[in-house]
Amino acid sequence: MKILTMPSFGSDMATGTLAQWHVKEGQKVSKGNIIASIDTMKGLIDMEVFDNGTIDSLLASEGEELDIGAPIAQLRLLSENKASASNIEKPIVVNILGTDADADTDIDAIAKANINSTANNVSQSKQEANTKKEEARTELSEQSQDAQPNKPLFVSPAARKRALELGLDWRQLEHGHGPAGAIILQDIEAAQNTNVQSSSQPENSLQLEKSLQLEKSLQLKTVSQPKAITETKPTPAEMMRQAISANVSRSKREIPHYYLQLDVVLNKALDCLSIHNANLPPSKRILVNALVYCAIARSLTTFPAFNGFYNDGQYHASDEVHLGNAISLRTGGLIIASIHNAHRLGAVELMDKITDQVTRAREGGLTMSEVQDATVTVSNLGDRGSDSIQSIIFPPQVAIFGIGRPRKMPWIIDDEIVCATIVNISLAADHRVSDGHSGARLLNKINKLLQTPEKLI
Amino acid sequence: MNKKLALQTLICRLILDIAPEVDIESLDPSEDLREELDLDSIDFMKLLEAVSLETSITISESDYDKVQSLQSMVNYIETRT
Repeated sequence: MKILTMPSFGSDMATGTLAQWHVKEGQKVSKGNIIASIDTMKGLIDMEVFDNGTIDSLLASEGEELDIGAPIAQLRLLSENKASASNIEKPIVVNILGTDADADTDIDAIAKANINSTANNVSQSKQEANTKKEEARTELSEQSQDAQPNKPLFVSPAARKRALELGLDWRQLEHGHGPAGAIILQDIEAAQNTNVQSSSQPENSLQLEKSLQLEKSLQLKTVSQPKAITETKPTPAEMMRQAISANVSRSKREIPHYYLQLDVVLNKALDCLSIHNANLPPSKRILVNALVYCAIARSLTTFPAFNGFYNDGQYHASDEVHLGNAISLRTGGLIIASIHNAHRLGAVELMDKITDQVTRAREGGLTMSEVQDATVTVSNLGDRGSDSIQSIIFPPQVAIFGIGRPRKMPWIIDDEIVCATIVNISLAADHRVSDGHSGARLLNKINKLLQTPEKLI
Repeated sequence: MNKKLALQTLICRLILDIAPEVDIESLDPSEDLREELDLDSIDFMKLLEAVSLETSITISESDYDKVQSLQSMVNYIETRT
């Protein structure tokens, strides 16, 4: 039996909330199946299973907030001998921190404590599991009989926004009236009306009074303000800001960055795209970003010192390029979504991936592996951003690219002054692993690939 | 005039479907749409796709500079329907 635990999506994540189960007890699962959605400060992430087997029991209920590494389900492995001893899946936080050689001492200690505590509590967990199993069963039996396993819960952006405004948890809705049962705006309004009718006025008044009192005490008791703040749970946006803060601080503290940049002429790339896109509907058009990402991913296959993880004082290059795309979330903060095996994809496939991941990053639904696997990152401020960006490496990675906005400039090509569209590509890399010389060669390789764009599509 | 207003309402609705967080009420119709609402290239592409589906007008890449503001996009679509 394997115990599945609450995964970590970053060294700064302490807890996760089990938003929704997509499986039920007794259900067979295969490697890669989505078994649950986890609500984190990075949004709603879909949790995959990495083995074939059968869900033996669910140990956590929907809505339950659990520490990283806490058991959430038991999986009977397909290959399992019934007599084999129970083992516990190594909490994913260990993998992340384990690959994090230079993790902060305090974070390291927390991780070790988690491991020890998890290991020591295995027998205790088994006892508790029985109790929790009963609870989980009750929970399941209370659910609709026709509840479908693996049923995705779709919600429109407008509905999501309205739910946020109303402080309403849309995940509590069984299904909506949109296509494929998607929750749409009218479902949220209907749910709100039901809530308003069922909630008692005195309770609302009491809450209002309490919040006014809190506001008053914050205004008056300036000395005790920190205490009042610590008692308030940070919002997801605040938690994300804290996580970014911790990551970039650690990166700047521990990684000796060096920075390079190169102006790349995009004329050929843009000409190639205008021919390719000419008769295509907007959704099938390729943006120049996809070509740049493609050139970066392919170049990295011959520059392994920029694609991998630095752990335990040692660098381990990755055989595959899982290109992390830093996606800005409109509600604040950013999330890095990994495009798996980007070096094997053409610009068309990359464009599809980018569009899909940007949508899911903002609406929820990125998978666990997409959030965890990036071996290198690209930060792109878009065509309305700044001319260039010097980025901060996302540890334990060792390199990050920054893409500025393409801009028209007078440029000298073949001794003639021409109007060229230029993009500045920057590279911040870890000097413990590589030197400026090889970094410059890498940027030149990317430039070279972008001068033959037809080979990238 | 009614047609213009209807198109403007339609485009605003399509923008809100893509980016529900934006403050569409405060948008100056003559200002750069993407700049004002902080829409990225993916959002803009989705908007063009949605406009194409709703109005049957496909805005080509070479015409992107003609649809930078809400007003200019409305005019562009109106003259072609």
